[in-house]
Amino acid sequence: MIDSALSRIGRVGLFLVRVLSNIPAIFEQPRAVVHQIYNSGGRSLIIIMLCGLFVGMVLGLQGYDLLQRFGSEDALGIAAALGLLKELGPVVTALLFAGRAGTALTSEIGLMRATDQLTAMEMMAVDPVRQVVLPRFIGGIIALPLLVAIFNIVGLFGAQLIGVQLMGVDAGAFWSQTQQAVELDDVAEGIVKSLAFGLVCSLVAVYEGYHAEPTAAGVGLATTRTVVVSSVLTLLVDYMLTAAFLGA
Amino acid sequence: MSDAVVTLHGVSYGVGSRRIFSDLSLSARRGEITAIMGPSGTGKTTLLRLITGQVAAQSGEIRVFGEDVRAMDREALYALRKRMGMLFQNGALLSDLSVFDNVAFPVRAHARLPESVLRALVLTKLHAVGLRGASALMPTELSGGMARRVALARAIVMDPELLIYDEPFVGLDPISMGVVVRLIRQINETLGLTSIVVSHDVDEVSSIAHQSYLLAGGKVVAGGLPETLRHSEEPGVRQFMRGEADGPVPFHYPADNYQDELLGSSPSGRT
Repeated sequence: MIDSALSRIGRVGLFLVRVLSNIPAIFEQPRAVVHQIYNSGGRSLIIIMLCGLFVGMVLGLQGYDLLQRFGSEDALGIAAALGLLKELGPVVTALLFAGRAGTALTSEIGLMRATDQLTAMEMMAVDPVRQVVLPRFIGGIIALPLLVAIFNIVGLFGAQLIGVQLMGVDAGAFWSQTQQAVELDDVAEGIVKSLAFGLVCSLVAVYEGYHAEPTAAGVGLATTRTVVVSSVLTLLVDYMLTAAFLGA
Repeated sequence: MSDAVVTLHGVSYGVGSRRIFSDLSLSARRGEITAIMGPSGTGKTTLLRLITGQVAAQSGEIRVFGEDVRAMDREALYALRKRMGMLFQNGALLSDLSVFDNVAFPVRAHARLPESVLRALVLTKLHAVGLRGASALMPTELSGGMARRVALARAIVMDPELLIYDEPFVGLDPISMGVVVRLIRQINETLGLTSIVVSHDVDEVSSIAHQSYLLAGGKVVAGGLPETLRHSEEPGVRQFMRGEADGPVPFHYPADNYQDELLGSSPSGRT
């Protein structure tokens, strides 16, 4: 079991090296990358905004409930902003990304494998890693931080909606305390996490798709693995990065 | 053989404990259509994968254009593949590209041509397969036969010297089949190609092939002119060429005694 896990990690590592060695080719196909940013990011926008709003609203409710016990409900903006920027934004967006865009990437590449499209490329002396995997991988890495930013903005709006509009927290206090308390380091932590999650989720999605067994069941299994592995790795990497940032 | 474009000599290949080819030898001569026939599951497609370097044989020699395929790295293989075209069983068209862009794909990948020249080239190839009018369609809008013809246009757009067809007649209606048969012959003659056609459609492939090989049990069991194979009295060859249900390739998959199994006395019998 440990052997097989280690050999799998090794295979993923080698695949990553192969993808990264093709990075210069990205400048030959900028339109493909933009297309993939739209595919992974643009098409996930509605679900991200919707979930961001609900997460922000829940944060507003729970935060208000907790803070008002100490008479600190004016600090709701800080709690919501820091919670979203440092944790909830990157993590929830990454989990949603894995479920929405990651599965789409895996099944698309897996189906290309199953219908011989990748083999056809190889027969035309075109490297499928360069042509198919690379733009999707880079597109995913760029799309996730953008989605996180949108998730955070909508989430903060949701928290404000509940805290200020519904619970009567002072709007001035909400925004000014948020502005004063949130520092550049907090934003940087969120950016680093979203880039890391983007890398993890995109890598898992393209790896699973590229190595999917070329059958309907194989593609289905690979898609499931993408969600499971991406989610677990996202939470693991989140813990490691949080520990690193707190230790720094 | 000096005029052989593809030569396999003593090739053995297996996956795990399963042996697919043992000591397989055959060749495809320049300018000719070579048919490789055999029952389903004999490894015909695997043979093409060996020739094109998609999988590596465990032993033996595979030479294409005189070069040893087994000794090639990825770069050398890609250079070799630029000299060949392959038609896949299902066409393998890129599903997110139009018919035009599918045919233009290998040209765009390997050459920097002005768009007007590229357009003329692609339309010429599409015209050759009768689908110039379908250039704007997407692969999902094509019938099986049309997809196969677009894939053929894509396979010849780089003017290859060797064209490989994997089961080109599977699933086609008689009209589409006739069109594909005619196209294979025409393209081979007009472009002076060497063609390898893997198929189990005996009549169709025999009508255009210059030489045929019959694979069974991981070996070439017969080879020569299609007519020679057709009139062979060797039981295995005769069964395949005439489509007889029973013979050396048995109708029944190996099983326990029928009566025992029905009466439940066989170990594999289910109650």
